[in-house]
Amino acid sequence: MRSIIYFAIDLFVYSWKGSVKYYAWLAFLSFFIMGWAWGNYEQITKGMIVTGLSDQVSWGLYISNFVFLVGVAAAAVTVVFPGYVYKHKPSRDLAVIGEMMAIAAVIMCLLFVVNHMGRPDRAWHMIPSWVPVPVFNGVFNWPNSMLTFDVVVLNGYLALNAVCAFYYLYMKYVGKEINKFFYIPLIYLACVWALSIHTVTAFLLNTMPARAMWHHSILPIKFISTAFAAGPSLIIIALFVLKKYAGLKVTKEAINLLSLIVTWCLGIALFLILSEVVTELYHATEHSYSLSYLMFGKHGLNALVPLFLSAMFLMIVSFCLLLIPSIRKNYKVLPVICVMVFVGIWIDKGMGFVLPGLTPSPIGEFAEYTPSIVEIVNSLGNWAIGIMIFTMLAKVSVGIMNGEIRYSSGELKEIPSVPETKPKADKRGLPWEKSGWGSKSE
Amino acid sequence: MKTDEKKENKENLEKEENSCCAPDNGRRDFLKTAGVTTAAALTGAGALLSGSDEAEAKFHWAEWFQKNYRLMTDEEKEAAVTRLEKRYSEEYDKNVTVDRTEAKDGVLFGYALNIQKCIGCRRCVKACVTENNQSRENTQIEWIRVIRMEKGEFSQEFMDQGSPQISGKHGIQSGGHRHKQAGVVLEGQHYYEPEKVPEKDAFYFPMQCMQCENPPCVKVCPVRTTYRDPDGIVVIDYNWCIGCRMCIGACPYWARRFNWGEPNLPKEEMNPKTHYMGNRPRMKGVVEKCTFCVQRTRKGRYTACVEVCPVGARKFGNLLDPNSEVRKILDKKRVFRLKAELETYPKFFYFMD
Repeated sequence: MRSIIYFAIDLFVYSWKGSVKYYAWLAFLSFFIMGWAWGNYEQITKGMIVTGLSDQVSWGLYISNFVFLVGVAAAAVTVVFPGYVYKHKPSRDLAVIGEMMAIAAVIMCLLFVVNHMGRPDRAWHMIPSWVPVPVFNGVFNWPNSMLTFDVVVLNGYLALNAVCAFYYLYMKYVGKEINKFFYIPLIYLACVWALSIHTVTAFLLNTMPARAMWHHSILPIKFISTAFAAGPSLIIIALFVLKKYAGLKVTKEAINLLSLIVTWCLGIALFLILSEVVTELYHATEHSYSLSYLMFGKHGLNALVPLFLSAMFLMIVSFCLLLIPSIRKNYKVLPVICVMVFVGIWIDKGMGFVLPGLTPSPIGEFAEYTPSIVEIVNSLGNWAIGIMIFTMLAKVSVGIMNGEIRYSSGELKEIPSVPETKPKADKRGLPWEKSGWGSKSE
Repeated sequence: MKTDEKKENKENLEKEENSCCAPDNGRRDFLKTAGVTTAAALTGAGALLSGSDEAEAKFHWAEWFQKNYRLMTDEEKEAAVTRLEKRYSEEYDKNVTVDRTEAKDGVLFGYALNIQKCIGCRRCVKACVTENNQSRENTQIEWIRVIRMEKGEFSQEFMDQGSPQISGKHGIQSGGHRHKQAGVVLEGQHYYEPEKVPEKDAFYFPMQCMQCENPPCVKVCPVRTTYRDPDGIVVIDYNWCIGCRMCIGACPYWARRFNWGEPNLPKEEMNPKTHYMGNRPRMKGVVEKCTFCVQRTRKGRYTACVEVCPVGARKFGNLLDPNSEVRKILDKKRVFRLKAELETYPKFFYFMD
């Protein structure tokens, strides 16, 4: 018990200690969070009228980001699964980073959903009456409503990842061996659960015959394949950053496996997009209006065409580049490609997917939607909160994995301030070129 | 005057607390105590936050804490309705009644619209807005939309034109209207403003909530705030709606409207005869839609749109009554339902003579 309390205190203190750069980074994120506070105040006091949404396009930027981030959360599996199921040690050492990213992503998802709700003050209506909270007698439309499934799987995933990640860190902290009979089943469950969160999010959208563009069975697998391209891209970027600034030990094998996963999932995603386009547009019907509106515009309304073109450009170019091993293994170029994949899929799966699904409206009206300033500020704020959470979680994870935070059975020990862990090579050029990259044996 | 009202509120609230849960058993009693204690604590916090006087704050919180309407006991429903009547009467300076008549056995409402007769005058839209206390502006909410359909799709001039224009050896591969620009709403639109109706070369197609037998909106609602009553009307408990807009996404008839801001309903135009499930004033952030004028039809009256229609295109009645107008129309006329392929089974029928 005592060790758990010290664990919590040590993590908290460590997460708030850092270099000037660290504080500058947190301050930078706080700037967006201040905007977020204003945006939320506006939206709660005046209502959703401060957004750019309408009865025709009633879901917008918030749901786009939500859908995308569920994918990022699910992508923790791309490090956890190879690590524990295929016993790929380089991945296993980094699994906890993936789990931390999942935690941050799910929290962002929940923030976006709360922003999307017209009455966030009534969120307690979703707490079922059997949950022992007095007064709050909510109702759950279980199992009819897909949204209730989504609430269950998302919160379950958050809990699972928190338990897995913090259990792992705690055992390292006290220097004990992990209890495999407790930990491994949970990890396996988390892998399956990760697929479920994104599948259910797809089901949420594709079970509505009123929205022809979403109403087909390709959607869940397309969501998962794009998620497993965008998520690992973000993990690769995070690993590079953590290696440089926090001294995380990252091996080439781990990065190479992740970039390979990105390549093939991106390839599958592109193939699925091609299938969809051909199926819908070969003999276009009224049900293809959404897709042709996205791709070519309709009646002179073509606000979404740039979104489609930019997403396709980014995804196709990055896929072609990733196919070439020498480029994929060039760590100067790889982060840039990862950013391209990430942005491309954010567009394709976010605004490029939600908006055309709602246009035209079920009776055929084309209405264009532009996010309002409040929506943009709130979305940036949600991202900033999520990134801040990830920064802190990743920092303590690296601290424990590098042995900087250790449980000393006794008094509260001195917590070392953040050590200078930059490799020397850093001053000469990019660190991963010369040294600092451990090999498999490390 | 004002203090008197507040006193009344307080008395009423006390009455409510005494009557709301009959102590059936120990567990319930315990829950009640726990509930009241928590409610009292929160009420105090609420009063501090709002800075208003205790009775008013208590009043506000009682509404916020009320349960899903269907799960309420009869006393709780009565309390909720009384609370609303008081609030609305104060807000709109008139004696507002909130009815809670339940569905009757042996009644299933149905609606039939004669598209041959409709002249597109939109008196139904206006009557609906007046009757059902919709927000008048910013944002303006209308439950009925009349779509003006052009006869253009069947016109001669386009049928023999096509793409590619020069056919060459291989002939025109696709022709006619395939490449013609459509209107706002497929081949029609609902923002028409002519001098006079009916216009030449146009016909009109009014749409509203179809009160489906298999409503997609009810299925997707995560908190069961919208549901189908036994008389076939799909209703919404505005006090329970969380504003997630899943139902708007699922509705294939674009029948649902969202209160994007605080509704703007002028005091003098407010219709004080309301129903809990129907035309009582809504709040911001909740969804609303046509309820077949539940406040009228459950009392044996026609809906406002039926009453106002100058050409008698709208017919309403009990589908289970063999002598009702609607039943006779279904038996004798040429009837169709909109988007029948979606298997929603609307109880809003279109017919021709």
